[in-house]
Amino acid sequence: MDRQTTRHHAAWAAPLAWLRERVTACARGAALGGLAIAEVMLLHPILLAAALVPIPDIGPVARQLTDLTRRLCGEWCGVPIASPYRPEPAGEGEDGLPTWRQRRRWVMDDPATWRDVAWILLNPLLGAVLAGGSAAAIVYGIFGMTLPHGSTQLAGVISHPLYGILLAVSGFVAAPWLLRGYGEFSRSLLGPTRHAQLAQRVSHLAQTRSDAIDTGAAEMRRVERDLHDGAQARLVALGMTLDAAGQLIDINPAAAQALLTEARDNSVKALAELRDLVRGIHPPVLADRGLADAVRALALDSRLQVRVTNELPGRAPAPVESAAYFAVSELLANVAKHADARRVWIDIRHDGGVLRIGVTDDGCGGADPAGGTGLSGIERRLAAFDGVLAVSSPPGGPTVVNMEVPCALSSPKTSSC
Amino acid sequence: MRVVIAEDLFLLRDGLTRMLEAHGLEVAAAVDNPADLLAAVTASKPDVAVVDVRLPPTFTDEGLRAALAARRAVPGLPVLVLSQYVEQLYARELLADGTGGIGYLLKDRVFDSAQFVDAVRRVAAGGTAMDPEVVARLLARNADDSAVSALSAREREVLALMAEGRSNAAIGTKLVITERAVAKHTASIFLKLRLQPSEDDNRRVLAVLAYLGG
Repeated sequence: MDRQTTRHHAAWAAPLAWLRERVTACARGAALGGLAIAEVMLLHPILLAAALVPIPDIGPVARQLTDLTRRLCGEWCGVPIASPYRPEPAGEGEDGLPTWRQRRRWVMDDPATWRDVAWILLNPLLGAVLAGGSAAAIVYGIFGMTLPHGSTQLAGVISHPLYGILLAVSGFVAAPWLLRGYGEFSRSLLGPTRHAQLAQRVSHLAQTRSDAIDTGAAEMRRVERDLHDGAQARLVALGMTLDAAGQLIDINPAAAQALLTEARDNSVKALAELRDLVRGIHPPVLADRGLADAVRALALDSRLQVRVTNELPGRAPAPVESAAYFAVSELLANVAKHADARRVWIDIRHDGGVLRIGVTDDGCGGADPAGGTGLSGIERRLAAFDGVLAVSSPPGGPTVVNMEVPCALSSPKTSSC
Repeated sequence: MRVVIAEDLFLLRDGLTRMLEAHGLEVAAAVDNPADLLAAVTASKPDVAVVDVRLPPTFTDEGLRAALAARRAVPGLPVLVLSQYVEQLYARELLADGTGGIGYLLKDRVFDSAQFVDAVRRVAAGGTAMDPEVVARLLARNADDSAVSALSAREREVLALMAEGRSNAAIGTKLVITERAVAKHTASIFLKLRLQPSEDDNRRVLAVLAYLGG
């Protein structure tokens, strides 16, 4: 776009946008209103039945319509509505699927079902008026003026052309608000109640908590095994070597000396193993310096060219730091292993009460969060802190991984020197 | 030669003191916190300070900061930092001023007292003692570097020992080759890495570390 057209656009942009918003709102309102009226004319009795009868694999058919409305309210009315339904129960039947009785209970016991029913009943009335109100006012206003005075029952209401124009214009102007009103009305019935929100939250927390406990327990088992096979075994060997050296020291000092050297080497190896173990539990540099420097230390150890930008004004809580650190560490290892990349950019920031970490590489892309255990492991680790992970990795790259963990930062540590 | 030791664990502080004294070094002071370290180095002007990374009050990297602070208080003071683990990040920070007289070693290295004391003396003389693990990680990181991969196996061995801060004589003894052979290898390494050759051991080490770390 050259500069002249840009300027031309700028002059008309505001009124055009105002007009476009209203035209779109009228059209969308008419569509939603039409949907509401179609519902009452064709489907009402069927829909009410369909709201209560669960079909295997689909659930109640009416939920297709309510889900469509939720989506449209988000896209058209600017009122996103979350799904309020309880998750389908785990199967108790012989084939591992939920039984008929289970499905029935799942639908009938869910308050969201009854709120759906209320919405299906009210939508053709209230919904149609709110959504289709603008279009109706415009059509009626203009239609009413064109008819000869008092010719029909309906048009008779408009006694003067001015009223017609007024009606049409006010309908046009009010379209976005009416559309929004429709969205709010739908949300009040189709959205999750406070109770349902809490129930969803509880089930999410229970899931992430049990994941966190499982992960923790698996970690402890790994640590135990590593200690048992590594440092502990070496210390036993060390004790035996020292004992043998003690017995030999008078008879064969040279052999005793060799054993002592072996003992020393073994203690060095035991220390090295303990060091690796500690690094895997909680890297010392993370404890010392916090996330940014620990990630920098990772970058220094990587064969890739890693650039770290950090805009953290303070330190995140230790468990969050740890989860974020291991997530970045895992991602870097993934990049080195699979991506065929040369450069990596890591960006760490904190805004709006959320710790954000972006890891971008110039590799071949095609990373699939559902594929490997690596990414889903990171996702689980972050989920314990209500954190999320988003991966964009088109074939051919670049791969961008964004992580977000809500947390507060403590004020920067004041150093003693 | 006079040494100041800063180590918070009594057993290690005591062991270090004994070991250094057994090798004929004089321990001017053995302290257990950063404030006392600063006081000791300014009061007794030692030839070298041996400092543990973890010191009170938070037992994180106070020792490292104290070592850098001590170097600011007594310019050119050689310091040898000991740690249970090594980080390239810390090695970088220690080497940042580019003046040498820096050691950064794993605590395990004290098991070989002769080598450890050698490292202390080297640092005291303004040289460098970089832990083999730091050097190994630097080399691993540069494995894709075309200049580094052009080095022969022997040259890489020499490079590693050079990066640890050893002199040609020491490298020769370690690899059982003559000092002249070492000199030939180092010349070839400097040529391949396109570094300015230098007669000064210390400057040579710093150039190599800067190359690998950059």
